[in-house]
Amino acid sequence: MVVKLVFLGRLEDLAGVGEMAVPLDGGQRLADVLAGLPGPLADALRGPKVKLALNGALLSPGADPALADGDELAFLPPVSGG
Amino acid sequence: MGADVRLLDAPFVAEAEIGAFARAQGAAGGVVSFLGQVRVDAGAGKAVVEALELRHYPPLTLPGMRALAGEALARWQLTGLMILHRTGEMLPGDPIVLVCAAARHRRDAFAAADFAMDHLKSESWFWKREKVGGQWRWIEPRPEDHADLSRWQGA
Repeated sequence: MVVKLVFLGRLEDLAGVGEMAVPLDGGQRLADVLAGLPGPLADALRGPKVKLALNGALLSPGADPALADGDELAFLPPVSGG
Repeated sequence: MGADVRLLDAPFVAEAEIGAFARAQGAAGGVVSFLGQVRVDAGAGKAVVEALELRHYPPLTLPGMRALAGEALARWQLTGLMILHRTGEMLPGDPIVLVCAAARHRRDAFAAADFAMDHLKSESWFWKREKVGGQWRWIEPRPEDHADLSRWQGA
């Protein structure tokens, strides 16, 4: 199965891409995906100010959902609009 | 009464939008508008801003703006509300955000526009970066933005 990671704001610069498709065997959770990424990127994504959305719905802090094929996981750093 | 909430990826003419909104508000005694535009410099005496870019996340950004409009409508007696926000690349002087609130009495219109702007700045799903000296850099939220937001909590 494949999940899509989306990096917003400065996280895109850190990841070097805005989106990344991650192939998985199945049965993995969010924490497993993070563990498979380069250390500095994974650390930034785990940062206390980074919010996460799974398929467009915000996750509560510390959530570690199981992932399914086609899921989209977005990493949202502090916003700056207006 | 529903709000007019739009996410725009091309420039808009603020004067035309304000005029059309105000003309449609026959029942209103007052219309308040706030227009945010791209600054020419990164701060007093600082470098010239060449461009500004706003990124968003489609699954969250427009739904979040609609929810914000709904909150404002529930909180104040409004006859109309419009929230326009740009995405993409802009040049100094370009409009970024326009909020118009109309009400029978001015206090409701002032408060609703103020509320909407504070929440657009620090709670809506936008990420801003500016180009200075040929280099793009992300803009971090300012502590004042969060202080502004806290004015509305528990109120």
